[in-house]
Amino acid sequence: MTLHRLTVHEAHELLRSREISSVELTQSVLAQIDRCDEQIRAYITVTPEIALEQARRADQRIASGEAGPLTGIPVAIKDNMCTRGVPTTCGSRILENFVPPYSATVVERLFEGGAVLVGKTNMDEFAMGSSTEYSAFFPTHNPWESSRVPGGSSGGSAAAVAADETLFALGSDTGGSIRQPAALCGVAGFKPSYGRVSRYGLIAFASSLDQIGPLTKDVRDCALVMNALAFHDPLDSTSASEPTPDYTSYLRDDLSGLVVGVPSEYFAEGLQAAVGERVRDAIGKLGELGAQVREISMPHEEYVVATYFLTSWAEASANLARYDGLKYGLSAPDAHDIHEAQSKARGRGFGTEVKRRIMLGTYALSSGYYDAYYLKAQKVRTLIKEDFDRAFAEGVDVVVGPTSPIVAFGIGEKVDDPLEMYLADLYTIPANLAGLPCISVPCGFDDGLPVGFQILGRPFAEGTVLQVAHAYEQSTDFHLQRPPIGL
Amino acid sequence: MKITRAEVEHIATLARLELTETEIEQLQSDLSQILEYVDQLNELDTTQVVPTAHVVPQEDVLREDVTRPSLPTEEVLSNAPQVEEGYFRVHAVLPGGER
Repeated sequence: MTLHRLTVHEAHELLRSREISSVELTQSVLAQIDRCDEQIRAYITVTPEIALEQARRADQRIASGEAGPLTGIPVAIKDNMCTRGVPTTCGSRILENFVPPYSATVVERLFEGGAVLVGKTNMDEFAMGSSTEYSAFFPTHNPWESSRVPGGSSGGSAAAVAADETLFALGSDTGGSIRQPAALCGVAGFKPSYGRVSRYGLIAFASSLDQIGPLTKDVRDCALVMNALAFHDPLDSTSASEPTPDYTSYLRDDLSGLVVGVPSEYFAEGLQAAVGERVRDAIGKLGELGAQVREISMPHEEYVVATYFLTSWAEASANLARYDGLKYGLSAPDAHDIHEAQSKARGRGFGTEVKRRIMLGTYALSSGYYDAYYLKAQKVRTLIKEDFDRAFAEGVDVVVGPTSPIVAFGIGEKVDDPLEMYLADLYTIPANLAGLPCISVPCGFDDGLPVGFQILGRPFAEGTVLQVAHAYEQSTDFHLQRPPIGL
Repeated sequence: MKITRAEVEHIATLARLELTETEIEQLQSDLSQILEYVDQLNELDTTQVVPTAHVVPQEDVLREDVTRPSLPTEEVLSNAPQVEEGYFRVHAVLPGGER
């Protein structure tokens, strides 16, 4: 049996009934990594010893009848979430040798639930990018076609799930970094509402936008992982205290009574024709499942990218000020004073894209420019959020459209044109600016490359988003298709 | 929005980034291009708009002021490039100071 191909919920059933052991499951995943990862390069660090030790302990728990939904299940974690004793590089030279003395809350929670860490996944440096080409170490390849990017910045996590090199993964999403790679790799990727999942121990990029979420092989798995991740964490002051339901209770096959809003602005210039067609087909399916489909308008959509630029870069320039080569990270022992030491360490440790964003953010926050740039962006952010508030007030339950305007592009194709690369995020950014829960699920292929369908909900209505995604997914077989690798 | 070389150098000093000659030239061009793109926000009249501070309701979070266990000093210092007697050792802060 090819155990690595199982979903989380399928593996759980087999573990619980003792038909398989976690050690067998983990060995199968590690063998798949051995087979595929030389080509895919999804992982920065693979942790076989930790995995097998955790698997043995999980098997003991299962034997004593204490198996939770994630006990004994292999997981891959994006390399910007701290793992005690395991290198956490954030895809950057500046943190190449950083070994965290503590774990992120999400990591602690998964370990308490008995999950098995198989490795840390590749990413654009400091999560800044849409292709994983800005990793300081190496690019990750799309399992569907290895000359293409997997998307980013959680490209390693998405590729690992797509290539069955893990059962599920965690990613982080600041402007689409879970959903866009999920779309380009043909897996499910879920960004929860802002504050729904603790950010403690997540290496910060843009603190008003960052969220952690799951990448999985189907929507049921997303719901199961969210059950583990969603709770109030006193270690994160923005962590939400809203009650958390059992997200699997929303997984029904009927959408009657729900109103689906389709913004005309999400089908604008720049959208690949085939992507538009697959997404239109998916929307038609929602109608067949009982939902009422309604055309709506998001009049400020054309401003989301510029608003996101200014917001995320300003916040990033402040967050990344902590990398000074004094307490941890790359240092410059040849410097003469502290200013030179900091400038040298940062100049050597950060890559081109990170420097570009720090420079832009510093400029936007500098004396005389704050009102014109950062404050202006926060005002436009209010207008963008109000577009959603209006749609929800008029009875819309979910807003849908394409996740990415294009399918996976070629490695090297956009890397020298930052502005064009940034425009790949225009449909995923609004959920971050407005703090809304949002999922991408596979909705077909264009010439063998996956297309993603995005579903966005009201604040803290992750259940409704998962309901729509699950009902749609179960009416298709796109989530069951696998890339031609490591079979 | 044309950014001058002097502006790039000034921002780099503020951001504590040592840049190579090639990087300065590339950033001068990139920053000019990208700042021109974001200027489109000025098409919108936002004089009456309240800026977003938080997307979801936030309140101050307080806790009891009690001591709790923290990480051992050696673990906190384990990633530091230079350590001395349980402290981070840093470069001279004032001009003429000793390293």
